[in-house]
Amino acid sequence: MPRIYWEDFTPGSIETYGPRVVTREEIVAFAAEFDPQPMHLDEEAARATLLGGLAASGWHSCAIVMRMICDGFMLDSSSMGSGGIDEVRWLRPLRPGDSVTVRRTTLETRASRSRPNMGTATFLFELVNQHGETVMTMRCTIMFGRRKTAPAASAASAS
Amino acid sequence: MNFFEDIRIGEKRELGRHTFTAEEIKTFAKAFDPQPFHLDEEAAAKSHFRRLCASGWHTAAVCMKLLIEDRRRRVAEAQARGEPIAAWGPSPGFRELKWLKPVYVEDTISFATEPVETRISQSRPGWGIVTMRHTGVNQHGETVYSILVSAFVQRRTA
Repeated sequence: MPRIYWEDFTPGSIETYGPRVVTREEIVAFAAEFDPQPMHLDEEAARATLLGGLAASGWHSCAIVMRMICDGFMLDSSSMGSGGIDEVRWLRPLRPGDSVTVRRTTLETRASRSRPNMGTATFLFELVNQHGETVMTMRCTIMFGRRKTAPAASAASAS
Repeated sequence: MNFFEDIRIGEKRELGRHTFTAEEIKTFAKAFDPQPFHLDEEAAAKSHFRRLCASGWHTAAVCMKLLIEDRRRRVAEAQARGEPIAAWGPSPGFRELKWLKPVYVEDTISFATEPVETRISQSRPGWGIVTMRHTGVNQHGETVYSILVSAFVQRRTA
C-alpha cells in the first residue's frame, strides 16, 4: 500500500534526496551502452572537448535523478507514471566522484477532471553537486492516484 | 560533414530501429527506474499499463544510442570521401519530451530525427545551436516518443 498520494503534494514545498556518489565506472558503463561519445568515455579524449574532461552523459544524469526520486518518494507513492518532461537543462558537467543531491520543489497540483481517481503534480527537480552547483534541472508532471478512492482501484481501473 | 551551415530544417533522417526485450527492460529499470510496471510482468498486469513496459528513460537512452550509431556511419562515409568532419558539442538540454504511449515488451521502435530550428551561438564563437525533433514509432505505426533536443554544432566559417 503506498504511503504517499496525490493529496500529499503541497505547492511550494521542498524536499531533498541523496546524496549519491557517481563513479567513473558507472559513467563509462552507461556511456558505452547508450551514449558512446569521447567526452563520456575517455579522460584524455574528453579533455579536448567543450566539456574539458570526462563527464556523464546527460541521459545518465536524467536516469540518476529518476533513481534518486524513485528511492526518495516515488516507490512509496501511488505514482501512475508520467506523460513526459517539460524541460531539462544540462547546466554543468557531472564529473566522476561527484556527490549529488536532488532537490524537489512542488510547483503545482491538479485534480484530473476526466479521471476522478487521479491527479497530477508538477515538480522542479534540481541535481546539485558537492560544491552546491546546480548540474541539471528537470521540470515535469507526474500522475498519482488519489487517496479518496480505494487505493487498489486507482492502479487497476485507471484506463 | 554536417557543419552548422549544412543543416536543413525539415530534412528528416531515419536512425534505425530497436526491439525492447524483457531482459533489457528489467535491467534498465533495476538500475534507474525500479517501478513495479517496469520490473515484473505480474505487477505490470495489475497496473494501469496492463503489461510490462520500458522506462521512458530507457526509450530516450536508446534513441541516443541510435543517434550516435548513425553519426558514426555518416562520419565514416564523409572520411571515405575525404571531407572535413564537423565537431558536435554537448547539449544544453531538451524540452517537450513526450512519452505518448507505453513501449511494451518486444515492441520494435523506429527512431528518426529532423532539424526544426538553427541559431548562431552568442556565447561560443564558431558554434551554432541546432534544435532537432527526435521521434519513435512502434510497429503499429503509433508515435510513442517525441522530444526537442538542442546541441552545439561547429560552424564551417569558424
